[in-house]
Amino acid sequence: MAASKEAAPGTLTAASFGVGGLFVVGALISMFIAAGTHDGVMTFHATLFILFFVLGIFAIGKRHFDAQENPPEPPARDGIAYHDGPIRVATIAALFWGIAGFLAGLVIALQLAFPVLNFDLAFLNFGRLRPLHTSAVIFAFGGNALIATSLYVVQRTCKTRIAGDLAPWFVVWGYQLFIVLAATGYLLGVTQGKEYAEPEWYVDLWLTIVWVTYLLVFLFTLAKRKEPHIYVANWFYLAFIVTIAMLHLVNNAAVPVSLTSPKSYIIWSGVQDALIQWWYGHNAVGFFLTAGFLGMMYYFVPKRAERPVYSYRLSIVHFWALIFLYIWAGPHHLHYTALPDWAQTLGMTFSIMLWMPSWGGMINGLMTLSGAWDKLRTDPVIRMLVVSIAFYGMSTFEGPVMSIKAVNSLSHYTDWTIGHVHSGALGWVGFVTFGAIYCLVPWLWNRKQLYSLALVNWHFWIATLGIVLYITAMWVSGILQGLMWRAYDSLGFLEYSFVESVEAMHPFYVIRAIGGGLFLIGALIMAYNIYMTIQGHVREGEAMEPAPAGDGQLAAVGAK
Amino acid sequence: MDYETFSIFAGTWGLVLLVIMFTAAIAYALWPSNKEMFEHAAQLPLDTDNPSDKGEPRS
Repeated sequence: MAASKEAAPGTLTAASFGVGGLFVVGALISMFIAAGTHDGVMTFHATLFILFFVLGIFAIGKRHFDAQENPPEPPARDGIAYHDGPIRVATIAALFWGIAGFLAGLVIALQLAFPVLNFDLAFLNFGRLRPLHTSAVIFAFGGNALIATSLYVVQRTCKTRIAGDLAPWFVVWGYQLFIVLAATGYLLGVTQGKEYAEPEWYVDLWLTIVWVTYLLVFLFTLAKRKEPHIYVANWFYLAFIVTIAMLHLVNNAAVPVSLTSPKSYIIWSGVQDALIQWWYGHNAVGFFLTAGFLGMMYYFVPKRAERPVYSYRLSIVHFWALIFLYIWAGPHHLHYTALPDWAQTLGMTFSIMLWMPSWGGMINGLMTLSGAWDKLRTDPVIRMLVVSIAFYGMSTFEGPVMSIKAVNSLSHYTDWTIGHVHSGALGWVGFVTFGAIYCLVPWLWNRKQLYSLALVNWHFWIATLGIVLYITAMWVSGILQGLMWRAYDSLGFLEYSFVESVEAMHPFYVIRAIGGGLFLIGALIMAYNIYMTIQGHVREGEAMEPAPAGDGQLAAVGAK
Repeated sequence: MDYETFSIFAGTWGLVLLVIMFTAAIAYALWPSNKEMFEHAAQLPLDTDNPSDKGEPRS
């Protein structure tokens, strides 16, 4: 090792000393802020920063000595020493935050059905738990799943070890710090009041540092690829990383009151602020919850089905059409507002055009299974992935319908929107992530198979039942709400008071909470299954034996 | 540049630029001589590097 020019992975280099130095500076700045602030939350958050930097310095040192004592991880079967440690952390983090986020969702669903559950406590109030739920499921669960899968996929399809030594670790742990800062901030009442962009200025700045590192790691890995072509999943992942960086910077442009105050003021105002907010908001859907997870689909569906994607050309058309159209769809969140009419119509038109790439992509994903449809019956992981694509098709059909002004006048501000979002979030984002994690865990921990496919099957059916209960309850509730709000009597007065419409929602809110509860139970079953898989166990009677090479199928030994 | 000029520029030259870029992307996807490269690319996820994979890994 001493003779080789490159240091062993993990040992201290000039770069790691540089990072350590920056961490010392970061810790010092955090100490000054902690000491100088009059705000309790700021003291708490500055302390978290100090902890992060100190533990970071400790971890860099420990890694150096571990790397000297232990041999490096053996290379994969294709001879390449992939860097999977940060991916393992992000995978477990995705599961952990997922369960936390689903639980927060269940709590707020129950609060809507039974308001007494607010307990008159500020930090358990619906207004604070709701952003906790949305950020936990989108950014913590979804974000960690995207970081994990993107770093896995880019290495495998580029046939190269990930760029940077400390950088991928910094991305993963720095992102966890961002999540903790955002979540504790919401509970303690720190928010800038922008939907899906609630974290305050200092948390936004930290995320910018983490995200730019993520972008550089991804770009440098692509740059040193051993394959001439960049696989389409990486295009989707790259579009997700670049666009989120742009959206985050523009929407969060703010001036803090002072360096020791958590409060800041957004530089945009009025209708421009609203438009930028929904340009951000809708592209968080388009590029975070769609493009990123399509990257997942384009790797894990072909891989699990053991056949190439149905049409590679269609996947390229899918990519460019999606990129060109999605960015314009945001104004449909502002129908019948102060936004100029032409901008509203533009948002609606582009939303409708999105039918084409969305359904093209759905067909491409589903048809990848053509000739292997029997796997839907034999492999619950493939079933989960395929159902996620079906939900992708369903919610991307529903979305454009709801963006039509006439439909929006009925659906906007009602539970229909919540139902639509959850058919996409639970059905598409949730299921494609579960499917990908079920694939990923045995690979990352070098296990031959999952602990139990039967438990995957239970997860699948319980969660599917939960989604169906959730979205049907919200459709009925939403349309009922919309109709009650626009009902007039013969004299032209409103037929119902607002509180009457709230009362009418109660049974649907209870059904929705049951649906969310089932989804959470499914995720808990998954967590048990994943834990046992990592521990190296296989459930009795489920051990698989590979069939002779070339035969495609795995046969269960002693299957019922 | 005032709002009016900017808006007209975006609505004309901006439109032309985006249409050209999009047409170029579609042409790239459908160009007959790219077929072979795409067929190779489509196989990339199927490379075998995991213990549960079957067959010989391609390096």
